[in-house]
Amino acid sequence: MSMDYREYILDHYRNPRNYGKLEHPDAHAEDLNPLCGDQLAIDLQVAGDQVTAVRFQGRGCAISQAAASMLSEMIEGKTVEEVVQLGKDDVLDALGIPISPARLKCAFLSLRVLHRGLALAGLEKPATDDDEE
Amino acid sequence: MPISDNGYVTAAQQTAETASPVRAAAEIRKDFPILSRQVHGKPLVYLDSAASSQKPYAVIEAMSTYYETTHANVHRGVYEISEEATAKMEKARVKVARFINARQSKQIIFTRNTTEGINLVAYSWGNKNISAGDLIVLTELEHHSNLVPWQLLAQRTGARLEFVPVNDDGLLRLDIYEQLLQQQPKLVAFTQMSNVLGTINPARQMIARAHAAGALVLLDTAQGVPHLPVDVQALDVDFLCFSSHKMLGPTGIGILYGKRDLLEAMPPFMGGGEMIRTVGWRESTWNDLPWKFEAGTPAIAEAIGLGAAVDYLNALGMEHVRQHEQAITTYALEQLKAVPGLTIYGPGAGERGGVISFTLGDIHPHDLASILDQEVGVAIRAGHHCAQPLMERLGLAATARASFYVYTVPEDIDVLVQGLHKALQIFL
Repeated sequence: MSMDYREYILDHYRNPRNYGKLEHPDAHAEDLNPLCGDQLAIDLQVAGDQVTAVRFQGRGCAISQAAASMLSEMIEGKTVEEVVQLGKDDVLDALGIPISPARLKCAFLSLRVLHRGLALAGLEKPATDDDEE
Repeated sequence: MPISDNGYVTAAQQTAETASPVRAAAEIRKDFPILSRQVHGKPLVYLDSAASSQKPYAVIEAMSTYYETTHANVHRGVYEISEEATAKMEKARVKVARFINARQSKQIIFTRNTTEGINLVAYSWGNKNISAGDLIVLTELEHHSNLVPWQLLAQRTGARLEFVPVNDDGLLRLDIYEQLLQQQPKLVAFTQMSNVLGTINPARQMIARAHAAGALVLLDTAQGVPHLPVDVQALDVDFLCFSSHKMLGPTGIGILYGKRDLLEAMPPFMGGGEMIRTVGWRESTWNDLPWKFEAGTPAIAEAIGLGAAVDYLNALGMEHVRQHEQAITTYALEQLKAVPGLTIYGPGAGERGGVISFTLGDIHPHDLASILDQEVGVAIRAGHHCAQPLMERLGLAATARASFYVYTVPEDIDVLVQGLHKALQIFL
């Protein structure tokens, strides 16, 4: 299985979208990938049923950080319900390259943090063990 | 010319006497079938032997021959193949004993790996001999496997843990070691060679100093015995643990060596078959060494495979192994230093085994490992190398690590360097 580093992935890695944090987030979560020390935190601002702002901060490999940047673009302007529906396939589609099995944890780190944040804020039910890989 | 037990004469044996060690590696490679496979359409360049070594035909064939001709359970049957299987396994124990110059083969306990050997000592010796307030001295270089078992022992008993720090070159602060010894620790446990920085610690000197302070010593030689000549009597070490799979042998088997009086006084670690002499409903008595510590059917084929690995290393000569690794490491350090933006961690070649941890600019080591794998077929390790506290001490989240063994050739290093230049092109 090959995993090339396309220009748009490197662009998201070098110039991450929605990078930073929110002063008073309505949802917040952070986590790290113990395998490689990747770190990621996501803040969401919610008004009614709409996600009105998203910020993320982190450090780590190109795959984990580009995936977080791409995920933040997907979140922008969506309803809470739509954000709750975001899943692994959405992240893999956005990355657009085959991800080797050892790197899936990197690719899905931001997704896991997002859903943990939504669950902590009471916006979705907590993930079960099956949902985490 | 030495011939291994199964009559297989290896290329290594044919050339070890005539060629220089570095030259011989090109011949040695032919004994390792996996080294002729391809990954991503390119020849495999395997630079992750510190994680696990590859296996020569001699080891693979010793195990398959055993299964094809001799397999039965050991120490039980009174029929021919069971007796043969028992003899083969016990012969492997003798080979290991000679390899590290143990006085008696009963001091060689078969475990699953280094980790199990350390846990065995931490439970069996530790529970009996360590109590609240006792001090156990470790170092900042330890792998999780020589750290977590002592944390668990400290939690069970209320013992204290102290750590010999490293300086910025990854060498132990022996002045602080002396200060810690003045606090009269019960046990000192340390690695012979760091799996992250490659640092080779002055084990003999450190053991003598610990004994002078009244402490016993456990030496983690997971990265030592595969790469350096080790003599347990010269070291005067009390406990020593290593794994077969890092020294050309199979996974699933490792060794605990211990001084006989210590092992005799220790209670069993696990209960079951083989470790007993008599069994009653409510109590039992224990078998002699080494079987007291070998509950259940052992890894028979793996023990035999380890015996074949010992034969193979003996034919090369452990002095040659060390010389070859020093030569290849010196070459690699030179080549890597010429790569722009590359930072190497750890000591110089003199105090370093065949391990080089590095970072390249701000490229994450996992991205680097993926690129090396896909672009040039190089297998390296990336991450914290099961030594998270040490990485924190060095201020690093992760490093890339290349590690070498008897089959590593200068061309492997050249391909690694080509791959690093490709990574620079992609990321910068």
